[in-house]
Formats: sequence, structure tokens, C-alpha cells
Amino acid sequence: MTPHRFLLGKPWIWSFAATVIVWIITVLFTGGASSFGLSQAALTFAAFSVIVGIGQMFVITLGPGNIDLSVPATMTLSGTLALKLMDVQDGMILVGLLASIGIGLIVGLGNYVLIKLLRIPPIIATLSMSFIIQSVAIWSNRGLRIKPPEMLANFTTSDLFGIPNVALVAFLLSVLAWVLLEKSIYGRWISAIGQSMFAARMASIPVDGTRLVTYMLCAVLAALCGYLLASFSGGAALNMGSEYLLLSIAVVVIGGTAVAGGNSNIPGIWGASLFLFLVVSMLNTYGFGAGFRLILTGLIIIVVILLAGGRQSFR
Amino acid sequence: MKISSGTIRLLIPAASLALLLAAVFYMQPRAMSYNGLNLLFNLAVPIALATIAQMLIMSVNDLDLSMGTFVSFCACVAATMLQTSPMLGILIFVGAIAAYAAIGVVIHVRELPSIVVTLGMSFVWGGLAVLLLPSPGGTAPAWARWVMTAKPPLVPMAIVASIVIAGVTHFIVMRSSFGVLMRGVGGNNRSVQRAGWSVIGVRAGTYALAGFFAILSGIALVGLTTSADANIALRYTLLSIAGVILGGGQFVGGKVSPIGAVIGALTLTLAGSFLSFMRISPDWQIGAQGAILIVVLALRLALNRLEKREKSL
Repeated sequence: MTPHRFLLGKPWIWSFAATVIVWIITVLFTGGASSFGLSQAALTFAAFSVIVGIGQMFVITLGPGNIDLSVPATMTLSGTLALKLMDVQDGMILVGLLASIGIGLIVGLGNYVLIKLLRIPPIIATLSMSFIIQSVAIWSNRGLRIKPPEMLANFTTSDLFGIPNVALVAFLLSVLAWVLLEKSIYGRWISAIGQSMFAARMASIPVDGTRLVTYMLCAVLAALCGYLLASFSGGAALNMGSEYLLLSIAVVVIGGTAVAGGNSNIPGIWGASLFLFLVVSMLNTYGFGAGFRLILTGLIIIVVILLAGGRQSFR
Repeated sequence: MKISSGTIRLLIPAASLALLLAAVFYMQPRAMSYNGLNLLFNLAVPIALATIAQMLIMSVNDLDLSMGTFVSFCACVAATMLQTSPMLGILIFVGAIAAYAAIGVVIHVRELPSIVVTLGMSFVWGGLAVLLLPSPGGTAPAWARWVMTAKPPLVPMAIVASIVIAGVTHFIVMRSSFGVLMRGVGGNNRSVQRAGWSVIGVRAGTYALAGFFAILSGIALVGLTTSADANIALRYTLLSIAGVILGGGQFVGGKVSPIGAVIGALTLTLAGSFLSFMRISPDWQIGAQGAILIVVLALRLALNRLEKREKSL
């Protein structure tokens, strides 16, 4: 299609290549002692950004201007309410999970109602929504830190054959998302809408229904991630989602999904999530302070975008 | 009845600000004084400046997600370098403006999404701010303090400053030829190019100007708070975007309004005070702010429909 794409082949390869390089550098520095622990930590933390990243990717695929800023607030609310509902009882784990999913469905519905009925740009609609969700979370949390049920806590912190359970969950969700995106009519629809909403409408694709489902899917994934993260870290905190706002956008973009919409990429999200976590831990092992770490993270994001993201070959 | 569509677009933001102000006065009549108004709108000045900066970026169809961290960084520079060695401080600010212009050029040349580049930059500015001020501190330069706490006769400083900001930026964006070009790039950058203008130059200039206003915002903020920390203005990113939209600006098409943006920033600030006067529990304050945002935007939709109906008649 374009010489650019022909040369680079699959865009997600680059994020994996970068991940491997950073991994090797970090392990070399520590003399190989940390390689197993490092990989496990990377998989665990990448899993959380993968789960929110997939949701964000579906929304971004819908086209320019589509971004969900309510992800952090949804994570917090879902984590808080689910833990409150489960109240440390193992028997309530499933109920808590269902409650989380329910919260996601409601938030997604609310987001799209604002976007559609009030014609508010998605950025502002999801932002206003996130303010409201955040208030509900603050109100229901009341500064209490409720522990997760023991079984759930054990599940999220342990591993199967050396692979953290959270990473397995994220992997399962990625496979589902991949099938949804590549093999189902729904996936074709969101790509079509992202490429041209007008053309999609002319082709009698149910544009509104598809967009509604996409926003709900994103919110459900965020809620799910909040549920897992709260269980993993032994309780919900009001700021637990905050770093995932920029992270969820960053992994999607570094992973090779076109920000202009209409073209998405799931393996890339894994590559980007692992890469971002490993960069931070590499800079940590090298003893950089918080300031330098942030600066280098930012510069790396920009360099990756510069190398992989140029779209001038389209014209 | 000859009202330009620009005026109509300003009507809703102005009306919602007036309505909120009336509600505040009704609940707290003592706010209707020189000091009361000053207190109500004091924090609006840095927000208005940041909103103007965001509006400039939005006028060329881009979005700056690093606004909050950049203003924080500027506040840190203002509270440290600018205070101890003014020359060095000014040099850093000039460098920051150059960096903004460079971002504009890079985004244009490589056709990168501005959201991602500024996202990356937000980490960079945040990191620089942490390096400058690892813990809250610093002192505001005496002159910044003086400007922000000045008490002009009759009208409080916050109002004077807002009017000056609105007036100056209205002139730059709506009346100067650079402003017309800038909005032209947002509207249709190809036709600007075909008309023989350098789109790169316009975009670089727009970004530089935005950087300049964001720096003013940082200095104004430090002038109010007397000290700074690396996270002082993080919420400005979202506040500034919301302010532009509240003021009738749009994400694409170069449709922006500087006066509207300042009014939007004032409305957002006032909404905060209004909620505390309402004795809404602190738990719900953020949520109520979101609700106010939604209501105002719904009103705007209603007005837009009215405008369209009149046109079709």
C-alpha cells in the first residue's frame, strides 16, 4: 500500500525489539541475577496497562477526537465499590466481578449518551463524566482501605508455571479482543467508522450502535483492570488510576495504532506496555532520580513516535 | 436584529458566567464587594492564561496535553531561577518558547499527532520541574507578587487582568494578520499554503505564542501562591481544554474565541466557589463541576440549534 508500510512490515515488531534491547541492558547491569524477577514484574505491570490499553485502542480506532479520559476514574470506582461489596468474603468474588462489569457498562453508556445526545466532543464528555465518577468514588470510599478477599488477592499475586496470573488474564482478554477486531463484523465496523464515519453511514453500518458498544467495552475493561489492580495491591486507593490515563494512550500509540483512527494493533500494545515498564525499571537500576527518569521516558516516547509514526508517506 | 454569529457564540458563555455570578451573590451578598470579587476570581488569572495558550494550539487543530506540566515547570522556574538570577530565568523561558516552536515544527513536518508528542513532552516538563524543585518551595519574584496582589482603584486586579488578557489576545487572534493566518491553518491548511504562506512558520509561531502565554500563566500562579512545587498546575491541562470549549471554541476548524476562552476560565473558577457556597460536601464538588460543564454544553447545543433554524428560515 505504501512504501513506508512495506519497509517496516508490521509496526508492532519495533516495540518488541525495543523491549528486548531494554531487557538485555537491564539484566546485564544487574549481572543476570534479576532476569526472572524482572520479567515477572514486567509481565504483571504490563498486564494492567494492556487491559486498559485494549479498551482505549478500540475507542481510538473510532477516529480522530475519540479518546476516553474517564479510564482512571472508572478504575478507581470499580476497585473501590467491588472491594466494598465483597467485604473480604471469598464467596462474594464473583458478585464483585459482576458489579465491576456493571459499573463499566453504566459508565460507558453514560459517556456515549453525553457524546450523542448533547453532541459534546468525546474528550470533554468523558472528562465531565470522570469528574462525576470520581466524586462517587470519593463518597463511597470515605478513606477506608478495605482488603480484598484472600482468595482473590492470592490469585492476582501468584503465578502459573512462572507466568503471573494477571498476565494470563490480560493475554486471554487480548486474544478475545484480537478475534473481535480481526475476525468479527464488529471489528470491521469500527475500522470502517474510524476511516470515514460518513462512508460507514452510507454503507448502512450501524454507526451509533457500534460506537456505543465501543465506549462500553472500553469502560468495562477499565473497570476490570481496576478490580484486578485493587485486589493485587491489597486495597483500592483514590489515586490508583491516575497514572493509567497517559499510560493507556501512550501504549496504544507506541504500539502502532494509528491515532487518526481506522487502524489498530493488539500485539503492539503488549510490546509497548512491556517496553514502558522496562524503561522505567532500567532507569531505576541505573540509579537515575525521579526527574531524569521522567525526562528520559518522555524523550523515548517522542523518539519512538518520530521513528515509527511519520505519516507523510500517505501523501 | 443584526448579530454576528461570533457574538451569538459568545452569548452562552457570558450568560452562564452572569448566571453563576448572580447565584453566588444571592447566596453570599458579601461577595459583592471589591475584596469579595478579588477573592472569587484571583485564581482565575493563571487559568485564563493557560486557557489562552491551549486555545492558540487548538486554533491550528492541535491539542496540548502537556499544558499542566509545562505551567508547573514554568512556575518552578519562576520561583527559583527567575527569583535568584533573573537573566538565567529569562534565558530558560526563551529556551522553553524555542522548544514549543520546535514541537510545532516537528508535528508539522512529520505529520505527527499532537496529542502524542505533547504527551511525551508532558513527561519531559514534569521531569525538569522535579529536578528544579524536588520538594515544594522557592519564592515568588517580588514584582510578580506585586503585580498579582496590586489593588487598582474601583475594579479588583483579577478583573482588570482578565479584561487585559481578553483584549490583547482578541487583538492578536481576531484582528492581526498572524491571527487570521493561524485560524486559516486550522480551517484549511492547504489553501493557506497555496496562497503562498509558510504553514510551518505559522505553526511554529502559534506554538511559540502558546508557550509564551503558558509561561505568563506559571509566573502569575507563583505570584499568587508565593511558592511552587512540581505538581502545582497539573489540573490545568484539563481545565484549559474545558475552558476553551466552554467559551465556544471548537476542536477543529480554527473556530476559537479568545474572549470566550477567558470567560470560560472565569466560569470554571467561579463554579468551584459557587459549590463551596452551596455547602455541597467536598465529596461531591468535583462531580458537581462535571455536572456544571455538562449543563453549560447542553445549553450551547440548544442555542446552536436555534441559530441554525434562523439561518434556514
